[in-house]
Amino acid sequence: MPAKPLLLQGGRVVDPASGTDAAADVRIERGTISALGQGLSGDGATVVDCRGLVIAPAFVDLHTHLREPGREDAETIESGSRAAALGGFSAVCAMANTNPVADSAAVVEQVFNTGRAVGLVDVYPVGAITVGLEGSTLAELGEMHDSKARVNFFSDDGRCVQDSGLMRRALEYARAFDAIVANHAEDAGLAGDGAMNEGEVSGLLGLPGVPNEAEELVIARDLALTRMTGGRLHVPHVSTARSVELIRAAKAIGVNVTAEATPHHLSLTDTLVASFDSVYKVAPPLRTRADVDALRSGLIDGTIDCVATDHAPHAREDKEREFDKAPPGMLGLETAFAVLSTELVATGLLSLGDLIVRMSTAPARIRNLDGHGGPIASGAPATLVIFDPEARWVVDAARLASLSDNTPFAGRELQGKVVHTLLRGKFSVRDGEVVDGQG
Amino acid sequence: MIKHLLSIRDLDADGIQRVLGTADAFRDNMGRKYPTLRLKTVVNFFYEASTRTRTSFELAAKRLSADVLNFASGGSSVEKGESLKDTAQTIEAMGVDCIIARHSSAGAPHRLAEWVSASVINAGDGMHEHPTQALLDLFTIRQHFPSFGGLRVAIVGDVTHSRVARSDVLGLQTMGADVTLVAPPTLLPAGVDSWDVRVTTELDPVLPELDVCYLLRMQLERQKGGYVPTLREYARLWGLDRRRAALLPERALIMHPGPMNRGVEIAADVAEFPRSVITDQVTNGIAVRQALLYLMLGGPEVKEGGPDAG
Repeated sequence: MPAKPLLLQGGRVVDPASGTDAAADVRIERGTISALGQGLSGDGATVVDCRGLVIAPAFVDLHTHLREPGREDAETIESGSRAAALGGFSAVCAMANTNPVADSAAVVEQVFNTGRAVGLVDVYPVGAITVGLEGSTLAELGEMHDSKARVNFFSDDGRCVQDSGLMRRALEYARAFDAIVANHAEDAGLAGDGAMNEGEVSGLLGLPGVPNEAEELVIARDLALTRMTGGRLHVPHVSTARSVELIRAAKAIGVNVTAEATPHHLSLTDTLVASFDSVYKVAPPLRTRADVDALRSGLIDGTIDCVATDHAPHAREDKEREFDKAPPGMLGLETAFAVLSTELVATGLLSLGDLIVRMSTAPARIRNLDGHGGPIASGAPATLVIFDPEARWVVDAARLASLSDNTPFAGRELQGKVVHTLLRGKFSVRDGEVVDGQG
Repeated sequence: MIKHLLSIRDLDADGIQRVLGTADAFRDNMGRKYPTLRLKTVVNFFYEASTRTRTSFELAAKRLSADVLNFASGGSSVEKGESLKDTAQTIEAMGVDCIIARHSSAGAPHRLAEWVSASVINAGDGMHEHPTQALLDLFTIRQHFPSFGGLRVAIVGDVTHSRVARSDVLGLQTMGADVTLVAPPTLLPAGVDSWDVRVTTELDPVLPELDVCYLLRMQLERQKGGYVPTLREYARLWGLDRRRAALLPERALIMHPGPMNRGVEIAADVAEFPRSVITDQVTNGIAVRQALLYLMLGGPEVKEGGPDAG
C-alpha cells in the first residue's frame, strides 16, 4: 500500500449511493477515502489531475467467465482481472462452468484465492447449483457458502436447470444462506439445436433458431417458483421484450427477483448474423430491435436492475468455425462501460448517474459486496473508477488484455474511456495501463 | 461478373439472364469440349456427401478444360481435426482458382470467401442456399415459358430445412414469378410472412392455376423430429399423387431437385409423366454450371461474346 496519500483533484464525483454529483477532490489515505470536498490541499499527497474526468464507484460484474481452471488458453484469472480493471471494474463474479466445475468449496476457494493473489479486482466465485452443472443433484451450496469464498450466488450458467422440482429445491434450500439462485433461462425442448434468434433472419439464413419463448417459459416458471418458495431469484442476461414484462409484473407483486442485461443484448441485433461470423454467436442469442428497445426501457425504469457483461472468452480456434459449430459467447469487460456510455448516455436515454447505478451500486447490492459500489464518502474504501466521459476510441480486438479476441465491437468507435481504476486505494489501472505488482 | 456466388441474391435479373443465355449455347452443344478454362484449377470442396451436384460441377469444369480436384471431407485431414479455415487455406496454397463448396453448415461458403482469395461458388450450405440449383431450375422453366413475369410456381414440402427452396424463392422473385409455398405449418420457416410469397397448407386448391409444381425432398428425419406424424400421412396430404397431378393444367411442369423419395412427396408414376422435367433439370445443371464457371473464371476477353465468339 502506498505510504503517500493520493489526491484526486478537479474531478466530478458521481456517487449514487450517497446521492452525490458534484465537483470535488478526493483524498485517499491507506486505501480509504479520508476527505471529500472542493479545494482540498495536496500537501504531502500524490496529486492526480482529474479535470474533465468523472470519479465514480468502480464497476461490479455479476457475470464473468474467467475460464480458469480448465481453459487457461482462452482466459486466466489474471488476464481476466486485467481486462476487468481496464474496463473500470473492481469486482467480478466468476461463473462456475470451469473444469473442474466450481461446485465444491475447494474449487471456489481456489478461484477466490487466485483472484486475491492477482490483486487487480476482487474475484467472487459463483457456485454451481447442481453437481457438475448436470442439472440432477444439488451441489453443496452450504459448503461453498461457508468457505473462505463466502459464495452467496449460485448458477449453472450456460445450462438451464430444466427440472422444475429441482429448481424449487434450489430456491428453497438457498434461503438457508440468504443466497441467490441465477438460472440460465432456456427451455431445452424449444431451444433444440438453435444457433441464433428464431425469426425473420434465421428463416432467411437457414440457421436453426432459439425462439424468445425458450427464455420466457423458464423465466415465468422460475418467477412462479420464487413466489412459491420465498427464495431469491436472479435472471441473468435477459434478452427478450416479454421477459422484461414478466419480470416487471413479478416485481409489482413483490417477488424477490433481480435481473441483468448485457451490453451486447442492449445494443446489437440478430441482423449481424447474416455475416455468418461466429463472433455474433451468443447465448441467449442477439434478438431483434424491438427486444433491444424493450431491454433498454427495462434498464431505464429499473426492471432490469443491472448490467452484467457475460464476458465469455473463447480461443480463436474454437470460435473461428462454422457458425452452428462455434461456441456461444462474447468478450465484454473492456467494452461494457464505453458501449453503454455511447448507446445510452450519449444518446440521452439514461443519465450517467443511472448508468453508474446499473454498473456499480446495484450489482454490488445484489450480492452484498461490501466495499464495492460506493459510497464515495469519508471512511469508505477508495474503490473507484475514473473515466473520461467524452473521450472517443476505437475498439481494437488485438489490443485487448483478454487472451481471446472475440469482441463483437471490434472496429467500433465508442465514447467514454476508463482512465484509472482504484481498488482500495491502489491503482489497478493508471492512465489506461494495468498497474502490475505493488502498484 | 461476380467474384463469388454465395447466394442467388448475388445476381440481379440481368445477371441471371446472362447466365441462362450463356447456358443456352452450352445446352445446345452438350458434350462438346471448350478450351476456355485451360490452366485454371477448380476444386470440388465437399464437406457433405453429394453425388449429383459434385459430378455436375466436375463435368461442367472438365468440359471447359479446367483441372478439377475433388476434395471430400471423409478420409481427409478434416477427420484428423483440421479446421475449415486451415483446410481451405491449404487447398488454396496449391493454386486453386475456384472453390466449389458444399457444407452442412449454413454460411460456411461465406466464411471461405473471406479466408481465401479464390472465387467461391456455394454448392449448397446447410439449410441456407443452393444458388446453382436455382439457376438450373430457372433455366429449365425458361425452356417451356417465354417469360418469368407472372408465372405461378408452387414450392411444396419441407421449406424450413430446404436450401433449394430458399434459393428458388429468391431467384423466382428476382425474375418476377409469383411464388406460393405449400407445406404443413411445422415445415414453414420462421418469418415466412416477410418473404412476399403466398403461403398455404392446402395443396389441392393451388394446383389448377399452376405453371410449375415444384416438390421438395421429404426426409425421414422430419418424421423422427416430430415435424410430421408419419411420412405416410405426409404423402397423403402433401404428396403429388396421380389424382392431384390430374388437377394440374396441361401446361404445368413437375419439378424436383432430387434425389426423389418416390411414394412420399411424389408418386412413382407421376415422376414419369410427360410434364415432369426432373431429368432435364439434371442435364441443364451441367450447362448452367458451365455457363457460370465460364463467366466467373473465363477472363474479360471471353466474357463479352459468349462461348462461340472466340
